[in-house]
Amino acid sequence: MDLILDGIKKAFWLLVTLDPEVMGITWLSLKVSGIATLVSLLLGISIGSVIALTRFPGRRVAVSLVNTGMGLPPVVVGLFVSIMLWRNGPLGFLEILYTPTAMIVAQAIIATPIVMGITLAAMQQLPKKLRLQIFALGATRLQMVWILIKEAKLPLLAAVMAGFGGVISEVGASIMVGGNIRGYSRVLTTATVMETSRGNFDVAIALGIILLLLAYVINAILTHIQQHERPR
Amino acid sequence: MKRVSSVWIVSLIAAVLFGVLTVSPASAQQKNIILATTTSTQDSGLLDVLIPMFEKKTGYFVKTIAVGSGQAMAMGQKGEADVLLVHSPAAEKKFVDEGYGINRRLVMHNDFVIVGPPSDPAKIKGIKSAVEAFKRIASTGSLFMSRGDNSGTHAQEKAVWKAANINPEGQKWYQQTGLGMGQTLNVASEKRAYTLTDRGTYLALKKQLGLDILAEGDAILLNIYHVIEVNPAKWPKVNSVGGRAFADFMVAQETQGVIKTFGVDKFGSPLFFPDAGKKDEDLGK
Amino acid sequence: MTEQATESQTVLEGKGLRVGRGGVIVLDVPSVSIIEGEVLGLIGPNGAGKTTLLQTLSYLLKPVSGELYFRGAKVGSDVPVLEFRRRLAMVFQEPLLFDTTVFQNVMSGLKIRGMKRSESDGIVVEQLERFGISHLSGRSARRLSGGEAQRVSLARAFATRPEILFLDEPFASVDQPSSEALIEDLQVVLRKTGTTAILATHDRMEALRLSDRLAVMMDGRILQIGSPDAVMNRPADEFIASFVGVETILTGRVVSRDGSSFLTAVSGHEIEAVGDVLPGETVLLCIRPENVSLSTSLRRGATSVRNVFPAKIEKITPLGLYQRVTLDCGFPLVSYVTKHSVEGLSLREGKEVTASFKATAIHVLRKNR
Repeated sequence: MDLILDGIKKAFWLLVTLDPEVMGITWLSLKVSGIATLVSLLLGISIGSVIALTRFPGRRVAVSLVNTGMGLPPVVVGLFVSIMLWRNGPLGFLEILYTPTAMIVAQAIIATPIVMGITLAAMQQLPKKLRLQIFALGATRLQMVWILIKEAKLPLLAAVMAGFGGVISEVGASIMVGGNIRGYSRVLTTATVMETSRGNFDVAIALGIILLLLAYVINAILTHIQQHERPR
Repeated sequence: MKRVSSVWIVSLIAAVLFGVLTVSPASAQQKNIILATTTSTQDSGLLDVLIPMFEKKTGYFVKTIAVGSGQAMAMGQKGEADVLLVHSPAAEKKFVDEGYGINRRLVMHNDFVIVGPPSDPAKIKGIKSAVEAFKRIASTGSLFMSRGDNSGTHAQEKAVWKAANINPEGQKWYQQTGLGMGQTLNVASEKRAYTLTDRGTYLALKKQLGLDILAEGDAILLNIYHVIEVNPAKWPKVNSVGGRAFADFMVAQETQGVIKTFGVDKFGSPLFFPDAGKKDEDLGK
Repeated sequence: MTEQATESQTVLEGKGLRVGRGGVIVLDVPSVSIIEGEVLGLIGPNGAGKTTLLQTLSYLLKPVSGELYFRGAKVGSDVPVLEFRRRLAMVFQEPLLFDTTVFQNVMSGLKIRGMKRSESDGIVVEQLERFGISHLSGRSARRLSGGEAQRVSLARAFATRPEILFLDEPFASVDQPSSEALIEDLQVVLRKTGTTAILATHDRMEALRLSDRLAVMMDGRILQIGSPDAVMNRPADEFIASFVGVETILTGRVVSRDGSSFLTAVSGHEIEAVGDVLPGETVLLCIRPENVSLSTSLRRGATSVRNVFPAKIEKITPLGLYQRVTLDCGFPLVSYVTKHSVEGLSLREGKEVTASFKATAIHVLRKNR
């Protein structure tokens, strides 16, 4: 119990004094997970829309793959990304292992199926005839998809939240492909793990609290947008 | 409405590109050194002092990947690291003999100690011989926490068991955490178990642990750190120049001086003893 | 010459249209054309293929075989599908509005065509006014009643100035009073703009009010196409007759013939009708309920009406504007009278009255044609 109180005090102190290292770690967490989420949105929404709106052989398999992918274990992603990115691995020439870029790649791989799955469900929830109506309004295929995405914006905001929440709290892949390098690829989750292993429980708890605060603020903003967009 | 959406899309893509570009200074490749090391060096905080010194001096950027000694050497074997700072002498020799590493140099040592609950159910307090202490733990069936992660500490522990002619694997009183040193100490403290730890990590965590040093000082318990350069002949992508620079830095006089005093202000005694230039056999005397 | 003139007036023509669903042919229309400026009503029971035909004609559904010609140009080759679709508009049974304001909804077709705000704003304002929804302009489409939503959908369709407007049961999910007003407004707009339209509906009254021509569909086929008068009063067969509201269909044998008129024996009574039949032939006599009048006095010979029968009222059921009176004249007969007449004649169940209908008001179908 004392530990948790110490942690809260420490978190408060680190935040109030704007501790440069903690601020750097927080900013990097935000940046890496934010960019990963954006990438996953671009990929997830476009591919999810295609799967939702077209009929092709193997579509069922694709849908169940996406649904399975929604629960992709981060460490498995971390392992595969590491192997791919090793210097002597197939993508070694990119030279991005142990960089924030590699963390973005891994986190985007984790978040994309989540966004894709939610997109898929959201698109399938729209009335079937809406597509005909959009075509009848003279839309091209691309315009049709864009309009449908806009129609599904509320569930898609949920996809943003789920994707971002998933990656910013993820640790396994980040530590494997990022390396938890001080001042470079250390994010809130990997720093928390390290401080725990160093026995600095107060700092670990403080970092955890900052992570929670961050996740809360981002979700509060998105929820506000979502509620604002709701039917009044 | 349409205009707003397009602006969104464009700024989104721009943000992604900007982000990807700014976070990966790909051009600085030869300035990067991958140091594979053990968790104990990172957890003790020593590297947080030494790495910035080195970077400032040389302009290199060190990517410290803190793993167990076993994994560190596995990385070296695959050419995924440039230089290793490890403490698992037997495995190190094999690593160098097989041609994966070159220029293995002694950097420093501290020692392992056997810690356990103050109640000391196996009655090992004051015993000088680590082998004897382990035998007592086994014969009394007292709980023992092993790292179980192929780290240097784990290798050391196994060596002691071997010297005692005991195979603890599968015994009820023998448990493996699969965690780093700090966490294993915490588990041992919670479960009132014995464990083998490096002195530095124990000192760093001492205040929150309910564990005492019960056996120490045996030559077999020396924890010796070597720096090894990964052999570029095996893996051409290895940054051998950078690896060499880091290894040289670790044995340089100034660095050795820092090692000598590291931890004194915080724990009252140093965590490591600098040994550059000495021979393994001379240690502990 | 006349033939050519008709040709040039054809806006859309479908040839050999066949649509399959799960291996079954659900639409089989060898030929259909829509003429400039007309409103073509498609009527038929649910599942007759009205929606399928509309979607095929608008190229939203790809037929198994057949071609579409838009102003003589083959859709999909001479004229690209996208361009064709941009010259038509469609209103569905559900309003299918977008999750934005009414204004944005009405503008959506124009926006899709890449029209600038400066141009489209005026058009949207005009359409909103036309359908009486200017006051809803800034409201979210989610907060509209069924009738309001369908008005927005219509305004959205008209905003693109379609050369053909497809209406698929546009009033079916709108409640009664709203749909009355909506039909009236649509009628005015269609007439004013001279828009060519195809209206699919299961409600023949709706079709009658709006259509210049009627097509009756059943099982994916067009059974009869012609003027409303022709379809309503001279249905091609018994099924169409009952679907278009012929409540009395009597089977009889022709007993004698005098010029163009003939007498038919029906359950021991003789009914006079007009048609080209031979004595001994079995015919169906179709009598629309609006054409049967009731009176309480028997004044045979005083009018030109040839068929006058004493009848007993079996049942009176209210039916919107009319009262439906079921009669027994020795044969069953149905008459629609106004509520005013029911009161004036003090009609009630069990009362004896005189039913009369003109020989020329009977549509004769020859059995087993």
